[in-house]
Amino acid sequence: MDWIGITVAALRASVGPVAVAYALAGLGLNLQFGYAGLWNYGHVVAVAAGAYGAAIPLEAGATLMVGVLCGVAAALVVSLFLGVAALRLRLDYLAIATIAFGEIFRQVVRSNWAEPVTGGVFGIQQFARDFFDLNPISEGRYGWGDFSFDHRSLWLMIVGWTLIVIGVLAMYMLVHSPWGRTVRAIREDEQVARSLGKNVFFVRLQSFMIGSVFGAFAGVLLAFANNVNPDFYSLILTFWVYTALLIGGIGRVLGPVVGAVVFWFLFQWFDGFMQSSIAEGWYGNLLQTTDAGPFRFMLLGLILVLLVVLRPQGFFGDKDEALLDAS
Amino acid sequence: MSLAKFPHFKRFIWSIYLIILGAVFIGAMGFPVSGASGQETSESIKGRLEIEDTEAQGPRKVFTPISGVRVTVSQDGREIGTATSDGSGEWSVGIPSRGTYQVRLHTDTLPTGITLTDAEKSELPNVLVDEGQSKTVRFNFGPGTRDTVSRLERISNLVLSGLRFGAIIAMCSVGLSLIYGVTGLVNFAHGELVTLGALVAYYLHTSAAGPQMSLLLAIVPTLIICGLFGASMEMGIWRPLRKRHTSLIALSLVSIGLGFVLRYIFAIVFGVEFRSYSDYSVQDPVDFGWVSIAPKNMLILIVSVMLLAAFGLFLMLTRTGVGIRAVASNRELASVSGINVEKVIMGVWILGTASTALGGIFLGISERLDWRMGLRLLLLMFAAIVLGGLGTAFGAMLGGFLIGLIVEVSTYWIDNEFKVVVGLAVLVLMLFVRPKGLLGYRERAA
Repeated sequence: MDWIGITVAALRASVGPVAVAYALAGLGLNLQFGYAGLWNYGHVVAVAAGAYGAAIPLEAGATLMVGVLCGVAAALVVSLFLGVAALRLRLDYLAIATIAFGEIFRQVVRSNWAEPVTGGVFGIQQFARDFFDLNPISEGRYGWGDFSFDHRSLWLMIVGWTLIVIGVLAMYMLVHSPWGRTVRAIREDEQVARSLGKNVFFVRLQSFMIGSVFGAFAGVLLAFANNVNPDFYSLILTFWVYTALLIGGIGRVLGPVVGAVVFWFLFQWFDGFMQSSIAEGWYGNLLQTTDAGPFRFMLLGLILVLLVVLRPQGFFGDKDEALLDAS
Repeated sequence: MSLAKFPHFKRFIWSIYLIILGAVFIGAMGFPVSGASGQETSESIKGRLEIEDTEAQGPRKVFTPISGVRVTVSQDGREIGTATSDGSGEWSVGIPSRGTYQVRLHTDTLPTGITLTDAEKSELPNVLVDEGQSKTVRFNFGPGTRDTVSRLERISNLVLSGLRFGAIIAMCSVGLSLIYGVTGLVNFAHGELVTLGALVAYYLHTSAAGPQMSLLLAIVPTLIICGLFGASMEMGIWRPLRKRHTSLIALSLVSIGLGFVLRYIFAIVFGVEFRSYSDYSVQDPVDFGWVSIAPKNMLILIVSVMLLAAFGLFLMLTRTGVGIRAVASNRELASVSGINVEKVIMGVWILGTASTALGGIFLGISERLDWRMGLRLLLLMFAAIVLGGLGTAFGAMLGGFLIGLIVEVSTYWIDNEFKVVVGLAVLVLMLFVRPKGLLGYRERAA
C-alpha cells in the first residue's frame, strides 16, 4: 500500500479550498454554538445563502464585488428572518426549527419552480470567471511532488486563508470584547444577564447574524471552488461542520480552523486507505470498492460519537467553554 | 482525564463495537453485497420511458412503457453510447467516468401519437454523474396533464393517500415523541430506526441469503430484533451517558453521529439502490367509486389505526402506560411517586423502536426501500411531533395523521415537489405560533 501517497493526498485536502470553507463556516458556528450556546442545526442555510446569493448575480453579469456583497447580504437577510422568528424558542426547539428551515431552503432552490433563477437540480456553473481573472498566479502546478495545487486552487487558497486570518483576528477581538463577554454570560445564565440589563434576544440575534456572515463567506468560496449544486447544501453539511468544530475544540478561537484541517485530513486519509485496502483485497468480498465512500463517512460518524463522549471540549478545546461537558 | 469520569466507557465502546459487528455480520451473511448479485458498480445513465395512462383511475398514476426508442449519451460532442428502450421502457448506457454528459432522445424513433410534453427537452445538456452513481434521467411524454378525473375524486383520493402516509408517520413518530418525553433526547438517529425495521424485514423476507419467510411472518422477528436493538442502545449508550449527566445537546450530537454510523452501514450492507419487497410490490388498486386504493395500503391504514388505538388504550388504562405518561410529563415527580423511571425509559425504548420498525416496514411495503428512507422521513416525523406536542404519544399520532394529510392534499394545489416543504413549513409555523403543539403540556420542566 502506498502509505506516503495516501498521506500526501490527505495533507493536500487538509489545506485545500474545501477545508478552508469548512474552517470559515466553523468560525461562524463556533460563535453561535460555542460562545452563544445556540443550537443552530441549520448553519447550512447561511452557507447556501452565501453561495446562491453570490452565484445568481454573478451569473447575471454583476461585478465580483457586488456578487460577494449580495452573498453576504443574502445570508444576513435569511439569518435575520430565522433569528427573529426562532431565537425566542427553547434551545431544543431552536435545533428542530433551524434544521427544518435548512431543508426548506434546499428544496426550494432545487425545485423546478425556482430553476430559472437557481438552476434547479443542476445548480449554477461557471459564474466565477471574474474571480479567476484576478488570479495573479500564472497557469501551472505549484508545490512539491504530489503535494501540489493548480493555479486555480492556489488562488482560492490564498484568498481563503487570508479570509481565515482576518476572521480569526476579528473573532478574537469579538469574543474578548465586552460584547463577547455578554454573549458568554447569556449562554451561562440568561437570567443573570437579563438582570444586568442586557437585551438577551438582541445579543443572541447579533451573534447569530455575525456567525452567518462567516457561513456566507464559506459559501461564496465553496461556490467559486465547486460551482453551486443544491444537493451539496443538505442538512448533512451542517453536521460535518459540527464534527470538524468538535475535533478542533469548541470555544477556542482557533478550534474551527484546526478542526477543519484535521477533519479533511482524516476524510481524505480514510478514503485513500479504504480504497487501496479494498483494492488489495484485505476484506475478501465483504467490502467492494464502492463501499469505500460510505465506510469513511461511517468512521467520521463514529469519531463524532466518541468525541462527544470522551472529549467534549475537542482536542484543543477549552474545558470551561465546553457546553457539551457534564452539566 | 475524561476516562476516569466515565466509568461506563468500556460498556459504551463495546456496545458500539457490537452494533457495528452485528450489522456487518448480517451484511456478510445476508444481502448479496453489490458485487455478488451482479449489480453494476461503475457509472451509468439510465431511465425508463413511459407515458401516463390518463384514462386510468386511482391514486397512483398508471404508466405504459414505450419501447424501441433510441437514446444517445455523449460528452462534449463525442458519442459515448446508444441504447434502445426495452419492453418495459428501460434503457441504460454505461459511461467511462464521472462527469457531465448530454443525453439525447431521438424523437423520430418515438411511436406515433406520443410526443415529448416539452419538445425542447429532447436533449438534456447537463447530466451530472457522480462517482459510482447510476444516474436516472427522465423524459416526460404525453398529451399534457389532462384532467380526466373529477375534482372530487382527485381530492378524496389524496385524502385517502394522506391518511395512509399519515398512519405511517404516526407509527414511526410515536417512539420519537415518547423517547423525547421520557429522556429529553432529540433523537436524530430515529430515521435510521425506521430504515432498520424495513431492512431487517427485507433480509428475512426477500434477500436470497435470508430465510425467505413470508412478509407477514417476518414482521414478528423483525420487531423483536429491532426492540432488542433499541434496548441495547439504551443500555449501552444512552443510560451511561444519562448517568454521567451529559447535556441534552451532547446527547443529540451523539445521536447525529450514531445516525451517520447506522446509515452508512446500511449503505454498505444494503447498497445504495432502491429495492422492493418481493411480496405486495405491485398491486392493482381497487375501485370504491369515489376512491380507489391498493389493498396493501388499505390494510396498512386499518392495521395502523387499530395498533395506534390499542397503544393509546395501553397508555390510558394499564399501570405501565400510566407510568410512561407520568415520566413523560414530569420525570422528578414520577420518580418520587415511586415509579421506576429507568425501567419506564427502557420500556419506551423497546416499544418505541419496535413500533418505529413496523412503521418502516409499512413504508417499505407502501413505497420502496433504500438506505436513506428513514432520513427522508425524519423531518416529517419532527413536524408531526411538534405539531401534536413534543413528548406526548397522542400528539404524535394526531400530528402524524395531520402532517400526512397536509403533505398529500397540498399537492392538489401545489406542485408535487413542494409537498415536503409544506410539511416543514407547518413545523416551522407551529414552532413560532404555538411551540407546545396541539396537545402539548403547558410547560415542561427544563
